[in-house]
Amino acid sequence: MLWNVTTTEYLTSGHMACPGCGASLSLRHALKVLGGQTIVVLPACCMSIIAGAFPSSAFSVPLLHVPFATAAACASGVRRSLLAQGKKGVSVMVWAGDGGTFDIGLQALSGAAERHEDFIYVCYDNEAYMNTGIQRSSATPQGAWTTTTPAGKELQYEKKDVIAIVKAHAPAYLATANIAYPDDFMAKFERARDLSGFRFLHLLSACPPGWKIDSSEALHISRLAVETGIFPLLEQDEEKNLRLTYVPQSWLPVAAYFQAQGRFKGLAEEDIDFLQQETERKIAAYG
Amino acid sequence: MQAELKHGARESREMMLGSDAIAHGVRLCRPAVISAYPITPQTHIIETLSEMVDTGELQSQFIKVESEMSAIAACLGAVSAGSRSFTATSSHGLAMMHEILHWFSGARMPLVMVNANRALGAPWNIWCDQSDSMSQRDVGWLQLYCETAQEALDSIILAYWLSEQIMLPVMVMIDGFILSHTMEQLLLPSQREVDAFLPPYRPAIFLDPENPKTFCAAAAADNFYQLKKAIAATMETAETLLAEGYALFAGRFGRSYGHVEPYCCDDAEVVFCCAGALSGTVRVAVDQLRQEGHRIGLVKLRLFRPFPGAALIRLLAGTKRLVVLNRSVSFGAAGTIAQELRAAFYREDCRPQIHDVIISLGGKEVFPATIREIALRAAELSPTESIWIG
Ligand code: SF4
Repeated sequence: MLWNVTTTEYLTSGHMACPGCGASLSLRHALKVLGGQTIVVLPACCMSIIAGAFPSSAFSVPLLHVPFATAAACASGVRRSLLAQGKKGVSVMVWAGDGGTFDIGLQALSGAAERHEDFIYVCYDNEAYMNTGIQRSSATPQGAWTTTTPAGKELQYEKKDVIAIVKAHAPAYLATANIAYPDDFMAKFERARDLSGFRFLHLLSACPPGWKIDSSEALHISRLAVETGIFPLLEQDEEKNLRLTYVPQSWLPVAAYFQAQGRFKGLAEEDIDFLQQETERKIAAYG
Repeated sequence: MQAELKHGARESREMMLGSDAIAHGVRLCRPAVISAYPITPQTHIIETLSEMVDTGELQSQFIKVESEMSAIAACLGAVSAGSRSFTATSSHGLAMMHEILHWFSGARMPLVMVNANRALGAPWNIWCDQSDSMSQRDVGWLQLYCETAQEALDSIILAYWLSEQIMLPVMVMIDGFILSHTMEQLLLPSQREVDAFLPPYRPAIFLDPENPKTFCAAAAADNFYQLKKAIAATMETAETLLAEGYALFAGRFGRSYGHVEPYCCDDAEVVFCCAGALSGTVRVAVDQLRQEGHRIGLVKLRLFRPFPGAALIRLLAGTKRLVVLNRSVSFGAAGTIAQELRAAFYREDCRPQIHDVIISLGGKEVFPATIREIALRAAELSPTESIWIG
């Protein structure tokens, strides 16, 4: 397949991500699709560090770092300011981690979504507070080890269904994506770019230290997440229903995904069986 | 044009609520983005502003956000992208903004925010005291306290004028209910006059794809230290610049203000010091006492941050007793203003006896009779302990 991707880099080399970081790879490609007429709003997350410290920046588009809980509110302000000045043709994008989206930023996110503010909200979900050293967030999957779920055996909390929450706000665009499927990923960013109103993309972003995988493994594991149904690739259709944008020839067993990562070591066989059924049930709901 | 017709091309005399006066002050400054969340007693301000936006009298993007934290965060985004912005709050709302208050000044973003002073719970209380804003004294915002609605309206115009030159945010305080919910006759400047005084906001850098910059990036200790030091240095120049603003304002609008405003102080033996609408009550008491032959004065504190210590020392060095009337307290220390005054006078050989009076919290009323009593018995007031009246 021949991709029509610009060679321009908006996230330049020399940034401060760990090797093999799924989030920085995702951002690099997202910006290539959105282009230079983009303003990024960034709450506290790994990317706050990855972007580089004063006086240098790895971003070659305007970037506003903002307090943790406020990304969607700040982005609302940026967009309204552009509107007030009559400036058109600029994409405003929030780039937030799971903490800034699922947890501390959820209220501002809900507010902006409900007001149908005109910007793209991207959550790069590495499934824990990685920037502070791998603590559980409400995006952490059942049974995963983190420094605040040391045994990694807690199955009582399910990963929060942020897609369902955002869907309830009737956004203009809603999709999940994963950089291991770059054509799907970039097509979704293109569609989000070309629409207006509140647009939300949920990206699963592999994190080698947080997931206890080798830094060469990020894309492979990300692909397993999709092939097993753990992280289905979805998009909202014209009737605002979520549909799968990718269906493998046959779904792989979830055990393949869990066994490839150190963070799921604590899962017993019956846990994996249980999670297999849960995954199948969820996939079936997308028809 | 519509605004010109409705409000006239000239200054007009109008009766209006304090909140409405403030809304008109904001309208005259033409913020491109307003973002606010309602809280008693600030609510009327943003209601009036939404009506003005709705009728087209004020051309502004009004973001009706879901919390005070988002209200000020939206302003942060708007100012970063190059627009003059406004928000208003009170009490718990201001407390909720605390984190972003630091961020705003640290990012050197100009903003004017009105805070209707109100107590903080627990217990619940919607009435006036100044502990909300006084407990934000260290966040790098300038703080102006107003005695009248006219002063508040004028202060908003002055605050934008200053804020955009020094690139620091300014908080304008009115006493909740006492000013926000009472009618006052005031002079409403015309749009043309305000336009001539307040230039449009044109920042040197803003979020601009044609000239991409990163705002608020992480900074290691050396840079962090220098950037914070620069805020302190700007605060020192702010006083002089604001004084210039007062002179320009007086020349154009005929009303003059100062950082500290003395009333009957020249020969006074006992001088009261307070901030906000309480000054009006004290003024009445001072008039009575003067008629009775007592040498009593008042120093109204308009500027609280930066603290106008030098101006106060010049004014009060020869005074015997300074009775500070506080509407806020720093628990375990003293009334907030008293604390500041004691610090300001520390190096002075000749300083007044400073009496710290906690006069009103949570809307506890203050009458001229109480002030009179305090003035007459000033010599009996403890020089060391906080005195709680009532
Ligand atoms: S901790 Fe994880 S998400 Fe953060 S920079 Fe490293 S790899 Fe990326």
